[in-house]
Amino acid sequence: MAIGVKVLERPIEQTSYVRATLKGMALTLKHLLNTHKVTVQYPEQKWPLSPRWRGTHRMLTTEDGKAKCVACGLCPTVCPANCIKLVPGEDEQGNRYPLIFEIDEFRCIFCGYCQEVCPEEAIHVGRHYENSEYSREGFVYDLERLMAQTHPVCEMWDPSDPKGQ
Amino acid sequence: MSLPALTLLQAANPQLPPVHFWPWLIFSLIKLLLVFTFYMVSAALLTLAERKISAWIQDRHGPNRVGPGGLMQPLADGLKNFVKEETFPNFTNRALFIIAPMLSFMPALITGAVIPFGAPWPTRWGRVDLVLADLPVGFLYILAIASLGVYGIVLAGWSSNNKYALLGGLRSSAQMISYEIAMGMSTIPVVMLAGNVTLGAIVLSQAHQGWNIVTLTLAFFIFMVAAFAETNRVPFDLPEAEAELVAGYHSEYSAMKFSFFFIAEYANMVTASALMTTLFLGGWDIPFTLWDNVAPFAWYKSVLTLLAFFIKLSFFLFLYMWIRWTLPRFRYDQLMSLGWKVLLPMSLAYIMVIAGAMLGLNALGVPRDWRFALSMLALNVVIVVLVFWVLDRGRIVSPASSRIGARELERLRTMAHRSTLTPRETGD
Repeated sequence: MAIGVKVLERPIEQTSYVRATLKGMALTLKHLLNTHKVTVQYPEQKWPLSPRWRGTHRMLTTEDGKAKCVACGLCPTVCPANCIKLVPGEDEQGNRYPLIFEIDEFRCIFCGYCQEVCPEEAIHVGRHYENSEYSREGFVYDLERLMAQTHPVCEMWDPSDPKGQ
Repeated sequence: MSLPALTLLQAANPQLPPVHFWPWLIFSLIKLLLVFTFYMVSAALLTLAERKISAWIQDRHGPNRVGPGGLMQPLADGLKNFVKEETFPNFTNRALFIIAPMLSFMPALITGAVIPFGAPWPTRWGRVDLVLADLPVGFLYILAIASLGVYGIVLAGWSSNNKYALLGGLRSSAQMISYEIAMGMSTIPVVMLAGNVTLGAIVLSQAHQGWNIVTLTLAFFIFMVAAFAETNRVPFDLPEAEAELVAGYHSEYSAMKFSFFFIAEYANMVTASALMTTLFLGGWDIPFTLWDNVAPFAWYKSVLTLLAFFIKLSFFLFLYMWIRWTLPRFRYDQLMSLGWKVLLPMSLAYIMVIAGAMLGLNALGVPRDWRFALSMLALNVVIVVLVFWVLDRGRIVSPASSRIGARELERLRTMAHRSTLTPRETGD
């Protein structure tokens, strides 16, 4: 005898198999005939995203098509996953701009700190989740790619009040 | 030109006008081809039906991408299975490993040969029976062949060199042997009522004296449970038992060989459903009328009875799936005690009851028509109430804890209490 086996007393007189089976079959038949199915037909139908959703990044641009980034270096500093690579450069007027700005989306944990810390509202996490590539290298997004993204950005950032004042 | 086999085939129905050899051969070949095609197509469509029904029961849509409403899904599955890699595990018994899927598939088709599926079709070359082989011993033939299906499963488990596969094979052999007996015993009342072992005669007798589901309800129930066990369907899918045995006997199979086990399962379901239809639901008989069972036969009668047979068959196939997505699997001891301690004694007792009832009704001079059916129905209502409302109190299938008396419970508790280790004892 195994040690400490718990023996439960059950109301044997009330249990049944055949009648319980019939009850179960009635239930499954009800579900079978139920026309309301819970499946979301994914590529055609999509579940609404949460307003707090943080997906793949996007770099906003100024009116003349340049990245808003001033290469201050705050986002690579704050990034806990260390996935942002930034090499700053400076033009003749002394304006700083990123020579290299790369985000490794595989390393990224989508915490959204980069968006929060950015003084220029340049880098954003987006409301987007359908990413696929044929190689791992494809997930290292460079500056051009980040600027080319068109999906909406995370709604935690309010465009009408860009600096959060 | 005539065949000795042909006279043997016609012994069951001596009114048949003699069919000459060549028309007989040609019609047999056509029927053979049609029945085989029906089996293969229905096996393919049933895989889709199973997925659809499982999905609907779980409030999903099921496969709906390939073709209209997912109708081409079996084709895609088949194509996938054809192009997949064939794997041969090391140290298998290669010959048995290859032959096992075929062995599990064949008995289903062979059994299907004796099942009548429609009223005779008159042609200008003679009457064509809508059955592949109207064997005079049709029923005994089924009992003999139906059990062969276990060989495929056992050999697959044995030859795979895999402990899970072997366990699955062992379980299936134990299960099939246990339920075969109850299955055979439950069909004896059918033979007693029909007074003949030819399936055609059993169908005809049901047309006259009421379907056997009315006159032999309990036998139908026992036969159905045994048929579920014989086809290894839930709640009797212990040979597969994916939760504990990986995939049971077909763990090591891949590609088309695995697919063959799959087809075999559905072919077995079709055959078992056809058997239940023939033995208990009047076969191809259209209920409440006799015009479809008597001469003169015509092509439209054949078509209508064929349709009736198909509807009954589909009902049982649906029942198989309905049950599968309702019930959980039996525990092994529940399986064994249900087979040996419940179904077998029940079917034996039922034979006695039915024999007594037949003797009594014959002595009272009740003719074999609706009066006979009604009296048998009254008897069966009493029996069914007794079995399902009085006997079914934790006795038919033991509940989650096994049945245990108060004294035994007390003994176990004191034993458990005594043997409980205290910290001091473990310190020693």
